[in-house]
Amino acid sequence: MTTPHEAAGFGAGSTATTPTLQVSDLHKSYGGNEVLKGVEFAIDKGQVKAVLGPSGSGKSTMLRLMALLEPADRGSIMLDGTRIGAATQNGKIVHHSERRLAVQRRDIGMVFQKFNLFPHLTALQNVVVGLTDVQGMHKTQARDVAFQMLTKVGLADRDGHFPSELSGGQQQRVAIARALVLNPQVMLFDEPTSALDPELVGEVLEVMENLAAAGMTMIVVTHEVRFARRAADEVTLFDSGVIVEQADPTSFFENPQHERTKRFLSHVH
Amino acid sequence: MVFDPQIFLEQLFNPAYLMGAFLSVSVAVLSLIIATVIGFFLAIGRTSKKAYLRGPSHTYVWFFRALPALLVLLIMWNALPQVIPALQADWYTPFIAAAVGLGLVESAFMAEIIRSALSSVDEGQELAARALGMKPASVMRKVVLPQAIRTALPPTGNEFIGLIKYSSLASVISLKELLTTAQIGVNITFRYAEYYTVAIIYYLIIVTIITLIQSRVEKKFLWTSRGVKKVVAPITLSTEAIATSSKEISV
Repeated sequence: MTTPHEAAGFGAGSTATTPTLQVSDLHKSYGGNEVLKGVEFAIDKGQVKAVLGPSGSGKSTMLRLMALLEPADRGSIMLDGTRIGAATQNGKIVHHSERRLAVQRRDIGMVFQKFNLFPHLTALQNVVVGLTDVQGMHKTQARDVAFQMLTKVGLADRDGHFPSELSGGQQQRVAIARALVLNPQVMLFDEPTSALDPELVGEVLEVMENLAAAGMTMIVVTHEVRFARRAADEVTLFDSGVIVEQADPTSFFENPQHERTKRFLSHVH
Repeated sequence: MVFDPQIFLEQLFNPAYLMGAFLSVSVAVLSLIIATVIGFFLAIGRTSKKAYLRGPSHTYVWFFRALPALLVLLIMWNALPQVIPALQADWYTPFIAAAVGLGLVESAFMAEIIRSALSSVDEGQELAARALGMKPASVMRKVVLPQAIRTALPPTGNEFIGLIKYSSLASVISLKELLTTAQIGVNITFRYAEYYTVAIIYYLIIVTIITLIQSRVEKKFLWTSRGVKKVVAPITLSTEAIATSSKEISV
């Protein structure tokens, strides 16, 4: 007996083979120092992947390349089956113009370790600016949409505050709202709680867990094992520019396969 | 010859001084605008990755930083019209020559102010704006520039005051700005003290007004929501509350 659910699942099967975001053979060097050494990574729609790894392992660099903020030396980035960021011509990688990259970046949301809120704009204006400037939305409508998004991250009462008047946790929640309001296909988090005082980590993780539960596709570079356990579908260990191990949280934390994962976890726990 | 308050007051309200002050301020404003626009592009050029942009910017700054403003004004008014006949036309007044000349000199200094202001903006700002999908022009206009302006404001205010004073150099090209006005009067009457005191007062007034405007503008760049977050404390306390609080104090 075929249930409607299964039928729908079958229909979705063809898209499930196309990851929302996929990087292949990603290479990146800074002045002779190879930070990414051929990274293979893919995430499906609605998945949440946590990326762990020691500092300097290249995990943040991978995120920046995925967000098209820096050009890859080699390899490809595919968003929903379409190559973005660059094309290959005669075996050479040719990067798109900054203007073209700007358009492609709209589908990828990015949250930074140091929030990077615009200090000259209020919390609301920080969320509005993407809607008006990038999406061309009318200002009055943008304010409504932005306010709803601030409400979602629990900051409806802080809309008129400037970043300097907000706590780190509140700033990061505004930053999440700012990225989220543009309806990205995937959200990238670059150590979103690393710059926060310990007592402020919880409120940011809560927003992220709600987001995960709502079906957002998320790649989260983090040191928060708690978040990886609770919210991630898959946990990845990144070390020395390559992916060492990928597994569901239970297997990853309870039964790691690789020596390096075991070593890393022994430091974290 | 003692200081004659009568002459002093007469001159203080002499429209010629007001006109002179107006010319001084106008030359300063116009040259600051010219200097800011040229300085902005010089700053972009000097920090560019492209050598063909860096080279000319460096040369320009090197050249105009070396020349005395007085020499530039003399060249603008006397030498250039000999070389470029178009500048012999009526529209090329001492006022235009002074504003452009001072603007060219000042742009070399504004370039440095703008360059350091732009580089003072945290690189995460540009990164965040680009990540949102903003195009390069928007990133500059809506994110980087507003923050750079805040840094550039205090030194630019200094430069503006400097330009007010530099405008007195334009007397050599027969612009009747503030100091020239005083000088003309002195040449006729020899009342140095009275006429120069009037000039002092005018300069003080001009610079005071500029300083006031500057601090007003700088307040706009504080980026705080004064007044928004102020919660007014309840003024009326219920008698019960007073009773309890006094009880607590007594205990």
